[in-house]
Amino acid sequence: MSIIPHPLTQFPWRVLLLLLAIAGFGTLVLYSAAGGSIFPWAINQGVRFCIFSGMAMALSRIPVDIFARFTFAAYGALLAALVLVELIGGVAGGSQRWINLGFMQLQPSEFMKPVIVLTVARFYAMLPVGEIRRWNAIWPALVLIGLPWSLVLVQPDLGTATMIAAGGVTVMFLAGLPLRLFVGSGLAVAAAIPIAFSFLHDYQQKRVLIFLDPESDPLGAGYHISQSKIAIGSGGIWGKGFLQGTQSHLDYLPEGHTDFVFATMAEEWGLVGGVLMIGGFLLLFRWGLRVAMRTQDKFARMAAAGLTTTIFFYVAINLMMVMGLAPVVGIPLPFMSYGGSSMLTVMMCIGIIMAIDRSSRRQQRPGNWA
Amino acid sequence: MKFLTSKRKTVTEATQSFTFTRRAMVLGGVQGAVGAMLIGRMAWISVAENEKYNALSESNRVNLTLIPPRRGWILDRNGRALANNRTDFRVDLIPQRMVDAEGTIKHLAQLLSLESDEVDRIREELDKSAGFRPVQVADTLTYDQFAAVSVRLPDLPGVAPSQGFSRYYPAGATVGHLLGYVGAATAEEYKERKNPLLITPGFKVGKDGLEKAFDRHLTGKPGAKRVEVTARGKIVRELTTRPDTPGRTIKLTIDAGLQEFAGRRLATQSGSVVVIDCKNGDVLAMASMPSFDPNSFSDGISHLEWDMLSKDDHVPLRNKTLQGLYPPGSTVKPMVALALLEAGVGPEETISCGGAIRVGNTLFHCHRRRGHGALNMRGAIAQSCDIYFYQMAQRIGMDRIAAMARRVGMGQRFDLPFPSQSYGTVPDPAWKERKYNQKWQVYDTVNATIGQGYMLINPLQMAVMAARLATGRQLTPNFLFGAARPAAPLAGTTEEHLTVIRNAMSAVVNGGGTGGAARMNVPGVLIAGKTGTAQVRRITMAERAGGVRGNSSLAFKLRDHALFQGFAPFDNPRYAVGCIIEHGGHMIRNEDAPMIASDTLSYLFDPTKAMEKLVTLEKGWGGTPAERQERQMAAFRLARAIEKGEAPPPVADNVANAANAVAQNATASAPDDSDDAPPPPGSDGADVP
Repeated sequence: MSIIPHPLTQFPWRVLLLLLAIAGFGTLVLYSAAGGSIFPWAINQGVRFCIFSGMAMALSRIPVDIFARFTFAAYGALLAALVLVELIGGVAGGSQRWINLGFMQLQPSEFMKPVIVLTVARFYAMLPVGEIRRWNAIWPALVLIGLPWSLVLVQPDLGTATMIAAGGVTVMFLAGLPLRLFVGSGLAVAAAIPIAFSFLHDYQQKRVLIFLDPESDPLGAGYHISQSKIAIGSGGIWGKGFLQGTQSHLDYLPEGHTDFVFATMAEEWGLVGGVLMIGGFLLLFRWGLRVAMRTQDKFARMAAAGLTTTIFFYVAINLMMVMGLAPVVGIPLPFMSYGGSSMLTVMMCIGIIMAIDRSSRRQQRPGNWA
Repeated sequence: MKFLTSKRKTVTEATQSFTFTRRAMVLGGVQGAVGAMLIGRMAWISVAENEKYNALSESNRVNLTLIPPRRGWILDRNGRALANNRTDFRVDLIPQRMVDAEGTIKHLAQLLSLESDEVDRIREELDKSAGFRPVQVADTLTYDQFAAVSVRLPDLPGVAPSQGFSRYYPAGATVGHLLGYVGAATAEEYKERKNPLLITPGFKVGKDGLEKAFDRHLTGKPGAKRVEVTARGKIVRELTTRPDTPGRTIKLTIDAGLQEFAGRRLATQSGSVVVIDCKNGDVLAMASMPSFDPNSFSDGISHLEWDMLSKDDHVPLRNKTLQGLYPPGSTVKPMVALALLEAGVGPEETISCGGAIRVGNTLFHCHRRRGHGALNMRGAIAQSCDIYFYQMAQRIGMDRIAAMARRVGMGQRFDLPFPSQSYGTVPDPAWKERKYNQKWQVYDTVNATIGQGYMLINPLQMAVMAARLATGRQLTPNFLFGAARPAAPLAGTTEEHLTVIRNAMSAVVNGGGTGGAARMNVPGVLIAGKTGTAQVRRITMAERAGGVRGNSSLAFKLRDHALFQGFAPFDNPRYAVGCIIEHGGHMIRNEDAPMIASDTLSYLFDPTKAMEKLVTLEKGWGGTPAERQERQMAAFRLARAIEKGEAPPPVADNVANAANAVAQNATASAPDDSDDAPPPPGSDGADVP
């Protein structure tokens, strides 16, 4: 067929290069955020990316059947861990999110983001075709999503809970449930928002209110959004130049290396940097959805599209938050924000999508014309 | 479920696969749309609103620091500086940069030999500090001290030596009440003026005296320094600097040499001297002593010094010249005599003084118990005979005397550049009716004639009175050199009458009168004047029978005030003087009002000789005011330390005396200042020369 050896063409070069570009850019931004130093963030982030890329490659060699087989087990384990967190977990920033394992801090809600996608996908894959328009196709999925969602919500971690629900519902949508269900419940949710608002914690309510009007508290909780918008806005089209950002270097921008890393980037690289970055992420999503669309296996295609959407939610929520379109909920930007657990989760998603890609190609090759 | 079963479609693998592809494409579309929306939003913020956010980012980054403008100088009439700006070497601490605070403070205290109360203040301010705002360690350092700190900087992180300007008054305490002092603006002042300059560290506003009155004139335009700062206020680097514009100078009518001489000549007394130019009313000197040192006020006075000043019974914190009111005593007699002349009393008419007369139920005494015998006007003024004036005043009535008193400036409020002045009282029947709703009595006239009772005057007004008696013109005091003012109008007195008064006042000093001590030792210049004694306590009948107690046996606050007003040369008046010694009691001849006034005037005729005399006298008083105050301060500090048990009780006798004296001062003067007010007016005041 070709002169290039088969294993090399098998290798997903394009997506790896894309990831390398995004993560490399992120590392560069972290280098600048530390005042032009690879310590303490850029070096860690770079090393982490290498390790997690290796992990993703390893995951991509695993047959999809294995994922399917262990999905419910993983779901059960994480659910148990979430209950455990509620009982004995550590408290950070007013909410209870992690268990200290001694050598590392385990945040089960983080892993729940991809696992809920796999679980719901597995459920619909097992469901007989004819059942899809029955009540039986709905309630088990709602229970599967509702349990972790409510456990995470009471931690309380609104951002993660929202992502879990969104991931699960996305798979329900992909599974082919009637459209009117989504439209109807969308309207119901819109109507319920005022009621839900009253159940939020004080600090969450405050965040939402301040999101609606950041200038009402420019020195308090609205400070994050105001300063982030100043950073992005003052960057202009071409940015202030690498290492020239004043908002980040003079400490006006809080969390400039974690949740608000996009503002740090936008200040120095301007609109151009922002467009390139968003474009890069869109290419990644396109790759994920195309993998899903050319896959025949029901579980695999739903998983691939769902996991892609999970990454999309990370990016979309973070960027909307940074640009003042969403309240500050503490969702990091994949590959850019400094931090291990979010990168681990995203790389797991990538690895699984790669595995799906690999197995679908294998299936297709012999009988592609059939 | 009904809604699910009602119109069930047949779902096959193929249709499901088709649905999935379609929905995945929808999902991709949604993702693309969100991405486009995000790009649009970002473009809106960074392009459309770029200007707004750029401005916000700049205002975050750039901090505009004002550079306090140098204050305008205050000059005397000859161009000598009364107040200027001194290059100031200072050392501050930047708390957030300090590593070992305690060690650094100890090291600095040893390098700069700081007192323990200063070290306590630094620690206190360091505790309250916000981190980046500097805490002052010391200012007005010598160059050597400044250099000593500078070379050790590598070992002293957080220590910031710098160079600025601070207000300096070369004449020290002698100009304290005249010029006032400067200090950091208060919160109220900032609220009123809303000028950010007022809260700039190092900027000072006039707090009292002329510094306050001419504050806006003396304040220049601030410079500005743009610096890049972090969110926590740490300065990263300087961007640009615009220099300050110094304030304008003002030139006063004050003669710096005379002002200082007058202040020093007041010796250890609590008193005031004012010298006025008889040509136009220019004030040449206005001293009130003892006084605070405006230099130490302007640098931020220590608790200890403030304590000492506020507990001193010589009230160094009050400007006696303008805020002190005293019964003028016999110094009003020339004025009363002028009223008599205008009312038709002949200068040669005589009255026989027998030592006392009865007015109503009360016996009014002359200060000379045996009486003066027969006296004409000249003799009555020279000897300060009370009986002559008691009798003559009853003849012409109080209204005419009060009118004359107002013509010579008593009770008049002058338009002066000082924040407050008390301007005395000239009582008359209408005034008493208004104020106390009582009828004027004959004894009120008698009291007023000799400057007691309701009558009050401040030292400046006394000098104005002397100048008006000397010239017959309605001179008013002035402090601004070369101020365009209309010539003083005539007072409406005849030259003939004035000559009588001037000759009589000369006789007071040079003709065997009560003011012999004021004789001036300058050839060809004779001084004319009038002495006065103002009683501040009631003398009971019982005490009078047993002999009036001498001033030296009385507590300080009960002693008589000593007063003198005069002018020189007597036949062609050039300068007029007013002098009041609070509770002086005529106890020490060379610290009494007549000689102080006369020596001060003599400085204008022969400064060298006057200065020589002063230096000799000062040796007897324990040195210059600055030296005396320093010693008082040391004794006060020691007494405090003993009180707190921080220092061992002194062994040497002289130290013990000093400490005791201070301790007594502290207890004796504790109550209040109100006992400085004149005694309640009444029939008892008569018995003073």
